[in-house]
Amino acid sequence: MKDIITKLQKVFDHRVRLGIMSILLVNDWVDFKTLREMLELTDGRLASHLKALEEAKFITIKKQFIGRKPNTSYQATADGKKAFNDHLDALEELLKLRE
Amino acid sequence: MTQHKENPLKTLQEIRQLMERSSRFISLSGLSGVTAGVIALIGASIAHWYIGKVPFQGYDPLTPIRLSSNGIPQIDYLFFFGLASTMLVLAVGAGIFFTTRSAKAKGQKIWDALTQRLLINLCIPLVAGGIFCLAALLHGLIFLIAPSTLLFYGLGLVNASKYTLPDVRYLGLSEIALGLIGLFVPGYGLELWGIGFGLLHIIYGSRMYFRYEYRQ
Repeated sequence: MKDIITKLQKVFDHRVRLGIMSILLVNDWVDFKTLREMLELTDGRLASHLKALEEAKFITIKKQFIGRKPNTSYQATADGKKAFNDHLDALEELLKLRE
Repeated sequence: MTQHKENPLKTLQEIRQLMERSSRFISLSGLSGVTAGVIALIGASIAHWYIGKVPFQGYDPLTPIRLSSNGIPQIDYLFFFGLASTMLVLAVGAGIFFTTRSAKAKGQKIWDALTQRLLINLCIPLVAGGIFCLAALLHGLIFLIAPSTLLFYGLGLVNASKYTLPDVRYLGLSEIALGLIGLFVPGYGLELWGIGFGLLHIIYGSRMYFRYEYRQ
């Protein structure tokens, strides 16, 4: 039991961060607007969670201009994908214990 | 906004839902397939009636589609082109109507990066197939056209299916199989279109409708 708990990543311990990682796991580059709409969040909330994931080096950021509008896209890093998959495995193990 | 530290089941369900919603266009309506199929069957019937032939006689009804010696399209060519365009516009229109309705009900966007990716992947084999058929027409290889349209349409569906409901992949594989059979058994162009664009759409469309929409 203790073993499983240590596998749960503290960084992912929030619904928004789980949501961001879920989307980035199955899509390559996703821009800010799409993430905001998929997760139904305000700019500020989303930005703060993205920052936390970036600081953990679980996602990378690409800034570019589309016409004159700045556009920021996000991608999960290899580390991020591995950490998130481990986190999901741990969640699943927890479920099995309950059954 | 709640944390699900104590409910990993709910967390996992939400994660699965987000992954699916963000990477697959699940709002594709089965009814658009059924309508497209009915329209195609009506179109095939009109074409058979126009050339005065009964289906499955073994005579290729598409042979009248041929440029005359001075390069001016014959009347049959214009008729078939007009009929096909009308059917296409009606079928695509119905598809957009039912799919928009289903997307609204599911809260999915009809025009975003995902649907664009879906359409681009559908169109790559379709455009290649269109050009191929144009070349076949110019070289007078009329018998290749009907099976090739099914073949390339099927390839387009298989290619696009990773961005939408998994059933689309099987529809695509069926179209490919039908097209390949048609290549070896020429002379049944209109019948092939009736089965491929008509019957298969109705079968897979109603299957999708009852599987994903009817109960919800």
